[in-house]
Amino acid sequence: MAPAALWLLVFNVWPSINTIVLAFTNSRPLGGGRFTGLDNFARVLSDAQLADALLNSIVFMLVCLPLLTILPLLLAILVEKKIPGIAFFRTAFYTPVVASAVVVALIWSWALNDRGLVNGFAQWLGVIAEPIPFLTERWLLVFSAISLTVWKGLGYYMIIYLSALGNVRRELHEAAAVDGAGPVRRFRSVTIPGVRNTMLLVSVMVAVSALRVFSELFILSNGTGGPGGRAQSVVMLIQMYSRGFYGHFGYASALSIVLFVITVGPMLLLLRLNRKAA
Amino acid sequence: MPDVTPRAAPRPHGAPDGEPEPEPGPSRQASRTRRRGRDGFGSPGPGELVLRYALLVLVLLLLISPFLWQLSTSLKSLNEDIYTGTPSFLPEQPTLDNYAQVAETIPVWSYAVNSLIVAAIVVLGNAAGATLAGYALARLRFRGAKLLLVGFLATLVLPGEVTIISQYITVRGLGLADTLLGVALPGAIGMLNVLLMRTAFQAIPQETDEAAVIDGATPWQRLIHIGLPNVRGMLSVITIFAFIGAWDDFLWPLIVLNDPENFTLTVGLQYLNGTFTNNPRLPAAGTMISFIPIVILFASLQRFFFRGVEEGAIKG
Repeated sequence: MAPAALWLLVFNVWPSINTIVLAFTNSRPLGGGRFTGLDNFARVLSDAQLADALLNSIVFMLVCLPLLTILPLLLAILVEKKIPGIAFFRTAFYTPVVASAVVVALIWSWALNDRGLVNGFAQWLGVIAEPIPFLTERWLLVFSAISLTVWKGLGYYMIIYLSALGNVRRELHEAAAVDGAGPVRRFRSVTIPGVRNTMLLVSVMVAVSALRVFSELFILSNGTGGPGGRAQSVVMLIQMYSRGFYGHFGYASALSIVLFVITVGPMLLLLRLNRKAA
Repeated sequence: MPDVTPRAAPRPHGAPDGEPEPEPGPSRQASRTRRRGRDGFGSPGPGELVLRYALLVLVLLLLISPFLWQLSTSLKSLNEDIYTGTPSFLPEQPTLDNYAQVAETIPVWSYAVNSLIVAAIVVLGNAAGATLAGYALARLRFRGAKLLLVGFLATLVLPGEVTIISQYITVRGLGLADTLLGVALPGAIGMLNVLLMRTAFQAIPQETDEAAVIDGATPWQRLIHIGLPNVRGMLSVITIFAFIGAWDDFLWPLIVLNDPENFTLTVGLQYLNGTFTNNPRLPAAGTMISFIPIVILFASLQRFFFRGVEEGAIKG
């Protein structure tokens, strides 16, 4: 027990307290550390980059939510039945989850860059004359990262649905069938209500992870955050202030608190849903 | 793995029950669940089966082909044009030159070893630390247990990114900035893993434990002879995920590590990409060096993973 308690204190409790303390200082990687009151929070309110990042996150979330709540459910239904070879398909569908976001994003950036597969093929077809700037235009960058996130997340949420589908009671389906409900009707009236809690759980998970996005945008923009740094996420800003010449632990901590404030609601909901499911 | 899996959920598999073949569309999916019985193939008509496999293969292509494409790029020689609108899917003359060259550009093999060291520390730490703490929380009475449990639960509402700056300062204070130990240490006992192990231990019937107590078994004996055999499913899921998580992690090692000598594979790949983008074959080879081991590992352990899922290890 002792080691875990130590870890809890050193790597969780203390950093949480320290984050709050630091947010009121001008601590930097080298020097600083003077108490500066609410300066960092005043800066938060007028930070154009943060406003950009929050808008990116909201768009990210709004697009990911429906896609990653529904597509993995359909996928889970597809792989639920144990037909020959299904273990292979389930494992294969999970592969993008197992791969590092860095690996996936590097593959994506190779496919989407000006001379990459997508632009090359589209030009060969004659659909476009000039390459589409997937990786060098703000919203195209954000949407490229979204498509990557959806593609990588399908298998993850599929597994969660898969274990939920196992609990949908067979008798209900049978009773409905006896009562003459057609398959569509039963999908709507039995399957969907049976996994409704899981759908809620998944959608909250999707929302939280959209707010926490980092690697996808970082790699696709090659660390730049797109033109003018306008395609950044909140976590990218935190990372940016974590080191180097522009490093500012105090401001990064204030940004961390912003991140906490926007994620704590969904996180609490997630915890409740999880305990209900258990 | 024992068949004592208290949390295993019954899964409805399809099997014939004399229902007529379903209509196409979502109905097909719904009707599947209504069939009941043993193991269930042979139940769908040939038409449905073909449609199912067609869809499965379609999704497979969608999810796997980018990796195969990258693998193919990594094997293409410099003579082969990779920029045409219709590049060939198979390399004309497969070569491992790019792998040799990526190793000349960045110390990719020592990056792989670095990633392995970090992953090993994290796996061992979680296997030991989370198991012991989970067991103590589930089965032992001690002072402060309630408070600790609240502490572990509270960390669940805290995304790791929120405390990452302070965590870095802590690690730096310990003199571990820019070291692999500094990368591995904070994750070496995952708070969520402690709670998952606690849940797994709690699922063991209390009477088994009480009987052992009456027989005079010490807590250690109970952990080893009663506890561990019953939580192997959860333990395997936790260690698989600890490994994958550590191997794939990017943000934290990016913050902790400074010296290119010490990079883990993911940080090294981004470094490679940032510096030498003129030949996409090199990053392609680099990504494969990161991707292939983890995929082989997962494929060989997937049985444990999916069994753990059925036991309720994955809820989100």
